Amino acid sequence: MKYVLLFVETEQFEKDFEAMGQSDRERAIELVYKWMADHADKIRGGSKLQPAITATTVRLDGGSEPVITDGPFVEGKEVVSGYTEVEVDDLDQVLNMVSTWPGCPIVEIRPIMEIPAVQS
Amino acid sequence: MTFTIQGRAKVDRTASDRELEQIVREHAGRLATALVRITRDFAMAEDLVQDAVLAALQRWPIEGVPDRPDAWLFTVARNRGLDALRRQSNYGAKLTQLQWPDQPASDDRLRLIFMCCHPALSRPAQIALTLRVVCGLTTAQIARAFLVTETTVAQRITRAKRKITEAGIPYRVPDPNELGARLREVLSVIYLLLNEGYLSTAERGQSRDLVDDAEWLAAQLYNLMPTEPEVAGLLALIRLHRARADARFDPDGSLVLLEHQDRSNWDREAIDAAARLLQRAAKRHQPGPYQLQAAIVACHAEAGDWASTDWEQIVLLYDMLLHLAPSPLTRLHRSIARRYTAGPEAALAEVDALAAALERYHLYHATRADLLRTLGREEEARAANRRAQELTANPAEQAVLRGRIDWGDDAG
Repeated sequence: MKYVLLFVETEQFEKDFEAMGQSDRERAIELVYKWMADHADKIRGGSKLQPAITATTVRLDGGSEPVITDGPFVEGKEVVSGYTEVEVDDLDQVLNMVSTWPGCPIVEIRPIMEIPAVQS
Repeated sequence: MTFTIQGRAKVDRTASDRELEQIVREHAGRLATALVRITRDFAMAEDLVQDAVLAALQRWPIEGVPDRPDAWLFTVARNRGLDALRRQSNYGAKLTQLQWPDQPASDDRLRLIFMCCHPALSRPAQIALTLRVVCGLTTAQIARAFLVTETTVAQRITRAKRKITEAGIPYRVPDPNELGARLREVLSVIYLLLNEGYLSTAERGQSRDLVDDAEWLAAQLYNLMPTEPEVAGLLALIRLHRARADARFDPDGSLVLLEHQDRSNWDREAIDAAARLLQRAAKRHQPGPYQLQAAIVACHAEAGDWASTDWEQIVLLYDMLLHLAPSPLTRLHRSIARRYTAGPEAALAEVDALAAALERYHLYHATRADLLRTLGREEEARAANRRAQELTANPAEQAVLRGRIDWGDDAG
C-alpha cells in the first residue's frame, strides 16, 4: 500500500530549532537524512516545503470568484512542513518507520486512494 | 457437501437471556477468526458474524438452543455469505472451502483481538469492535450497555471497518518490539469494560454485565498469553472485584462502602484463587499497573475486617503504582490509606494538595469531608459534603473524571 506522510511542525519546534547552535542544527538535519537513507527502499518521493509564511490559499467555495488569501489553509500553531510518499505492506510498517522519525513532532499518515487505471 | 442446521434442541432446553449471551460469546469469536482466515476480509467476516448472532438471538429463544450452537452459527454465517457473495466468485469459493468444526490456532484468536484494539482506531471503536467481533454482542446490546444510541455504535463500527480496510490495518500479532505497547492497548480496552461495568451496576440494572465480558476477555487473553504478568494481573483484578460484587449493594440497591460491607458475602474461594494467580504473576518480577491495582484490592479482600486491613502495605503499593502511572486520582486513593498510617491531619494535607486537579471530582470533596469531620472541623466538613453532593448530581462531569468512555457525537 502507498501512504503519504505529512510532516507537521509546531511553533515550539520552530523556536527550538532556531535556538539551536550551528552544530546542533547540522546534527539534527543529519539525523533526518540518515532516517531517509535508512528507509530509502520504501520512500517513493516527497519534499520539504518552504515555511508557512510563503503559502497562498485559494477558496473556490465562496461564490463566483475564487478568494485568494495569504497563508496556509488553517491558521494554527501546527503547519505542514513537508511530505513523503512511502510504499509498504500495511499500516504497522509505516507506524514502525514513523516511530523513529527524528524531525518535527507530528506526522500524519494518510493512505493514498487507489484509483483504478482507465481502460483505453 | 451440504450444510444443514444440526440437532435442533428439545423443547425443555430453554435458556435465559444471560445463558444465551454466554453461549453466543463462546462461539462468536471462533466463527470470526475462521471467517477472517478464509475470506481475508475483516469487514465482511464481521458482518457475517453479526448476522449469525442476530439470527441466533431471534430464533433460539423460540426454537431452543441447538445441540451444536457453533455449527448452527457457522451454517447461518456461511449461507448468508454465499447469498451475499454470489456475485463475487472468489469469496464464494473460499467460503465453500471452510470446514466445520473449526479449531482456530491461538495465533488467529490473538490476531483478531489485536486488530480490534489497534491503536490507529479510536477507543470507542476498539471497544465496539471487540465486543461485537470477539464477544458476539449485537449493536443494540452495546448501545444499551453504554447508554448511547444504536446509531452511534453502528456508525463507530462502520467507520472503524472502513479505516481498517482503507488504511491498511493488518491482521497480525504484533512483533516482539511492538508487543508491549500493543498489549497495553488491549488491556486498556478490557480495563475500561471493567470500569464501565463496575461503575454502572446501579444505574443500569438489568443491562448487560460488562464485567462479565471483561472477565471473559481477560481469561481468553490469559490462556493465549500465559507468561504476560500484566494479563494475569488484570484477570486477577477483575476476579477480585467480582468475588465481592454481592456485598456492594444492600437489599434496597444502594451502594455499600467497603468499610461497611458484610464480608461474609464475599466469595472467599474466588478471592484466594485470584490472589494465587496474582502471586504466580508477581514471580516474574515485572510489576505493572494492573498487578499493583490487583495487589491493592487483594489487601482489602484478604483482610478479615476493615480494622485489620494492612494499610502500610497498601500505601507501599500505591507508591509503586504512582511511580509507574502517576495520576491525581491514584494520589487521592493513596491519601485515603495514609489516614490509617500517618493520621487524618497528614492525610488531609495530602488531599488538599490535589485541589487543582480534582476540585470538580465528588470523591475529592467526600474524602475531605470525612477527614475534616474526624478532625472535629464540623463546619468545613459540612461545606465539603455539600460540594460533593452537588458534583454527584452531574453524571456527565463525573463520567469524565472517572475516565469513562467518550463516545462523542454522531457527526462524522
